[in-house]
Amino acid sequence: MKLLRKQIDKIKPHFQKGGRFEMLHSTFDAFETFLFVPDKVTTRGAHIRDSIDMKRTMIIVVIAMVPALLFGMWNTGYQHFIATGTEAGFLDNFLHGFVKVLPIIVVSYASGLAVEFIFAQIRNHEVNEGFLVTGMLIPLIVPVDVPLWMVSVATIFAVIIGKEVFGGTGMNILNPALTARAFLFFAYPTYMSGDFVWISGLLKGEGIVDGFSGATPLANASLGNTEAIPSSMEMFLGTIPGSIGETSTLAILIGAAILWFTGVGSIRIMASVFVGGLMMGLILNLFAVNPFMEIPAWEHLIMGGFAFGAVFMATDPVTASQTDRGKYIYGFLVGFLAILIRVLNPAYPEGMMLAILFMNVFAPLIDHNVMQANIKRRLKRAEGSNILNKVQ
Amino acid sequence: MSEVIKLKKGLNIPLKGKAEKVLVNPGPPGQYAVKPVDFPGIRPKMLVRVDDQVRAGTPLFFDKYNPDLFFTAPASGRVVAVNRGERRKILEVVIKAGEKIEYEDFGKADPGKTDREEIVRRLLKSGLWPLLRQRPYGIIPKPDSRPRSIFISGFDTAPLAPDFDFIMQDSASEFQAGIDVLRRLTDGKIHLNVNGDYPVVDVYKKVSGVQLNYFSGPHPAGNPGVQIHHIDPVHKNGAVWYIGPQNLLVIGRLFLDGVVDFSRIVALTGSEVINPRYYRTMMGASVDNILRDNIKEGNLRYISGNVLTGTRIPAKGFIGFYDSQITVIPEGDHHRFLGWAVPGLDRFSASRAFFSWLMPGREYVSDTNYNGGPRAFVMTGEYEKVLPMDIIPQQLVKSIIVEDIDKMENLGIYEVVEEDLALCEYVCTSKTEVQTIIRQGIELMIKETS
Repeated sequence: MKLLRKQIDKIKPHFQKGGRFEMLHSTFDAFETFLFVPDKVTTRGAHIRDSIDMKRTMIIVVIAMVPALLFGMWNTGYQHFIATGTEAGFLDNFLHGFVKVLPIIVVSYASGLAVEFIFAQIRNHEVNEGFLVTGMLIPLIVPVDVPLWMVSVATIFAVIIGKEVFGGTGMNILNPALTARAFLFFAYPTYMSGDFVWISGLLKGEGIVDGFSGATPLANASLGNTEAIPSSMEMFLGTIPGSIGETSTLAILIGAAILWFTGVGSIRIMASVFVGGLMMGLILNLFAVNPFMEIPAWEHLIMGGFAFGAVFMATDPVTASQTDRGKYIYGFLVGFLAILIRVLNPAYPEGMMLAILFMNVFAPLIDHNVMQANIKRRLKRAEGSNILNKVQ
Repeated sequence: MSEVIKLKKGLNIPLKGKAEKVLVNPGPPGQYAVKPVDFPGIRPKMLVRVDDQVRAGTPLFFDKYNPDLFFTAPASGRVVAVNRGERRKILEVVIKAGEKIEYEDFGKADPGKTDREEIVRRLLKSGLWPLLRQRPYGIIPKPDSRPRSIFISGFDTAPLAPDFDFIMQDSASEFQAGIDVLRRLTDGKIHLNVNGDYPVVDVYKKVSGVQLNYFSGPHPAGNPGVQIHHIDPVHKNGAVWYIGPQNLLVIGRLFLDGVVDFSRIVALTGSEVINPRYYRTMMGASVDNILRDNIKEGNLRYISGNVLTGTRIPAKGFIGFYDSQITVIPEGDHHRFLGWAVPGLDRFSASRAFFSWLMPGREYVSDTNYNGGPRAFVMTGEYEKVLPMDIIPQQLVKSIIVEDIDKMENLGIYEVVEEDLALCEYVCTSKTEVQTIIRQGIELMIKETS
């Protein structure tokens, strides 16, 4: 470690102002701070600071996604071998998925980080860690057979239009990962919907077992094929077709527990999304005029991307509501709208993405109203104390 | 017994180096200094020059904007230096003490029989008026103003804070005299706020003329700003004053003995102190004789006050005007390998992002490293967890950054000073300089509204 530190200190002057590689200053800084926490000490304000920093925070979110990722890899293989009617063991399943998923992750990180580094250099500030999370989220919310160039294009679009045009991490209005997903959905709809995209190797249509559909539970539900919907246990565990990381509610809940326990993710948002979804589901059950509306409200919570969105997408602190009260309202409406879109919009059975993006836009309005309420309340208190003092 | 106001939000940072309840007499400190930088918003005009002889209570400088406001010498001796910083800003006026302290005589007086004007005049002339501070803004109140009420926080919850029950135990008569003075200054109540988690000490219990309020909870429950917020919130409706319990003793002594006696007990704390204990010394006294032979080796930071809000001083620096605590912690000017990946059993965090949550009750050595680089606001809800006030902290800070006066006013700039949001600064993942921003906001408010 000391040796490494010495080497870094030796080459550091080249990357500083006036050095040969001044243009790579931000890049060097990113790698240096990746290896070592800077030696900068406090000069004003509090003399000591919490041990936490953005890197640690973002890494924890990534760790929270690992269960969903690992399960997604296994499930990719599992679904593939079911579709092709091949006998396969645990390791075969996982390896097949690993080989399919890893390139998507690599492409997502490579394209996104390239954009991040360029912008950091242009803006002359440190490389932000936000993309560590976005870069992992994107692979988890795409179908496994998505062409890699699409992942790359969508990622670059999301980072530039979704984030950097607003000023970078912390300034963006829309969740970058969902921006990427929405871009893919609207730009290349044929690759993002239909029954064959969710399972690896089905696009070419070769070697599929007779009668195998590949449709996701949501697709079946929206078509009214309620008999084809898998058991709720299967949907909870995640042995169903779907985007790579979204299928296993169990794995997602493990991630939710990590986020909640470490204090990195907002339990207010997560819980209220589920409550909102449940409410809408119950309302739809009341008016059940078609099979989709008859699906028990709680089953909606384990179908499609609902749980994944609630835990990893809606909780993005930058694009969610920022006030404590606002978070309840924001989360509730995300869940509420997601199920509404899912059931009542026949063109698009997965409402979570649009619901979150929609509420991202409305989050500042929610915060504004929470603030106004706070202002009024405090003014009232101050007046009250004035009167009290006069009486005495 | 009135109800205990229970505060849930906040954070006690478990640091090593709490002072043991042993009182030491360290002997005369040799040098004293009064630091105009302790008083935000004051523009000092010197009244003495180098080599002048002064007595305890002799005016050293006054405020250019408020010529009645004097700042006096804590001890007698010779003025040896007027140290200036950038643009000739006066940083400290240093006095080399004589062998025995000689006092200016202000005459004894019974506060109950003295009229308000005379009391104000005495406090101003003796240089004790600056011991009073007001909300909004945390500045010295104008002599012609009247507070709605006056607050005394009888305890301190800051990291390694001194135990005021221990400090105050033998000062009943001076404390009562101080209270009697305060009662002449306001038509409202004197609020004495004590820690609801412990039995109240006699000094506080037996004092007359106050309303006792009980607070319980983690830091910042002991901050006067938090207590004012819960009992008599400040808005555009006039000021509330506050004063520290030890500082009130100084006012008490002025009336009982007729002299300016800035004696005070300070706690020497921090992980780098060999024997953290209490010392009987004086406001503005050099810390040299307290620290000598009691400090560990290494590159250290000396702080007058606590680790969250204190002022950095040199190793031979002076105790600040309002402070009852000296803290010594290690500097953090070294790199840490893979900070984002290590388990972090020895690193405290308000979050549970480090595995130190496995060991509750442990005390930590914390250095002055930022532990990260500055970022834009990303995390939310962190500040709310450590601010027990009905204020939305992050939005307030943002309104100050964009200099939106209306928003600042509405979101609560009148109710807070730096120390109330010090914990927000501590926990901030983005390493935002919250305290600096709050002071800038306050300065902007003063400029725009005067």
